[in-house]
Amino acid sequence: MPDTLVALYVFVLACFIGYYVVWGVTPSLHTPLVALTNAISGIVIVGALLVTGLEEAGGAAEAFGFFAVLLASINVFGGFLVTNRMLAMFKKKKK
Amino acid sequence: MGISDNAQALAYLVSAVLFILALKGLTHPSTARRGNYFGMLGMAIAIGATLMGNEVQSYGLIVTGVVIGGVIGAVLAARIQMTDMPQLVAALHSFVGMAAVLVAIGTFINRHAAGTLNPVLMAELSAGIIIGAITFSGSVIAFGKLQGLISGKPVLFKGQHLLNAALGVVIVLLGVHFAATGSMVSLVLMTLLSFAVGFTLIIPIGGADMPVIISMLNSYSGWAAAATGFTLHNNLLIIVGALVGFSGAILSYIMCRAMNRSILHVVFGGFGGESGGEASAVGQAAEKGVKSASVEDAVYWMEDANKVIIVPGYGMAVAQAQHALKELMELLEERGVEVKFAIHPVAGRMPGHMNVLLAEADIPYDHVFEMDEINPEFPTADVVLVVGANDVVNPAAKEDASSPIYGMPILEAGKAKQVFFLKRSMRPGYSGVDNLLFYQDNTSLIFGDAKDSIEGMVAALKGGGH
Repeated sequence: MPDTLVALYVFVLACFIGYYVVWGVTPSLHTPLVALTNAISGIVIVGALLVTGLEEAGGAAEAFGFFAVLLASINVFGGFLVTNRMLAMFKKKKK
Repeated sequence: MGISDNAQALAYLVSAVLFILALKGLTHPSTARRGNYFGMLGMAIAIGATLMGNEVQSYGLIVTGVVIGGVIGAVLAARIQMTDMPQLVAALHSFVGMAAVLVAIGTFINRHAAGTLNPVLMAELSAGIIIGAITFSGSVIAFGKLQGLISGKPVLFKGQHLLNAALGVVIVLLGVHFAATGSMVSLVLMTLLSFAVGFTLIIPIGGADMPVIISMLNSYSGWAAAATGFTLHNNLLIIVGALVGFSGAILSYIMCRAMNRSILHVVFGGFGGESGGEASAVGQAAEKGVKSASVEDAVYWMEDANKVIIVPGYGMAVAQAQHALKELMELLEERGVEVKFAIHPVAGRMPGHMNVLLAEADIPYDHVFEMDEINPEFPTADVVLVVGANDVVNPAAKEDASSPIYGMPILEAGKAKQVFFLKRSMRPGYSGVDNLLFYQDNTSLIFGDAKDSIEGMVAALKGGGH
């Protein structure tokens, strides 16, 4: 099976996982859900690292990669930290 | 340094599982924080495994980028006001979009230099660039509307849909041409036009449709990550992209359902400002006039009530009235009154916005209820206090077939014994539809700033020790 087809298999199955997991999220946590997905979509940082860190990468590729690393890092750090800050506010009634 | 490709792939698998568990944690507030830590761990493993792999050989620029981006992200996360969460989210969506475009172009340059380009790869690169660019410019416009830099009014012009459709066709043709020939001109034109389409797609959408737009762009940012995964043959990116893409898509669906509108109507609609039919029930009700009440009237009703339900809307966020509401809730509870909060799915500017604001004000989440849970309770409530919400309690959605909001599910506030509306003016809600509830016999309007009014109630409850 060619690589692209394997990737398609993974993609379609992951869509089903996403469908079932996200329907289970309680509506009161929809804002943290959006913030958390912001954070994990920062996973494009992996692509940015591969572009920037390649030994043969020229100046132009390094420049594009560097800015991608920077932007994705904002997502990773900003997303996880703001999600954590929000979730810390959700408390039950103190008895 | 240097772990084998297989070890790296296994690490990515662990990280993918951790991300799924992170989302799963949001099933309940009590498990949500643990879920977020799973997400952080998953990201750390993914980044660590990538850096230790064979492909990454130089680290200087990477460390610099991560440090600068990390500091910016951490500062943003610590400083952002909870009322401004929609803006932060829009900004973060735009960064994912831009990063996807940069990665795709960088990959093209590297592979071009190595001579390993092929048509399938270039088609995948095109998809990454198109989706990423639309996500970027669309999110920038959404940010501008939320921040008030651009008018929140829907901007409509003749031939808009034709223009978008034409641009879409041209972009796809350029993508195909680029994939087939590797033409740099096509690549550049395709990228620029994709940025333009993000702009023309989002500019016509009104500020009040923001919950749908935020969710939609959330979805796009996921697909952009998935497209990047296809270009790099990286299963982790594909999995995460699919999870995020579906998350946004489901949220869009939930938001549209809560407004009884189709996603196509939101995207092409330009809702708001349209006037309804003249001879409708709304027009007749307007003749009847409205009753206004004072803060003291509301306090008089509430302190003797058994149950008070508070309905917050975007107006509460604007007035920053959530902290005053917390005080009101405590004072009423001291008097033995049961206080509950009722949240409509589209209240606020993003999904779940109200829940976060109430949580910020230290209002326990077990006092906060979703529409379907709370609707059966309105007939048994003595008082409903509507704070800065409007359309979501408008009975026209059920009774007036000529109303633009007809069919939208609402919070049935009108069924309570007495309804108090905190309002600045008689201005209708974002839909431009007059609210039938204003004219009901059991409804009174308290004019003024929501925060001032609630603080007035708090003062009256503290002062009057009867």
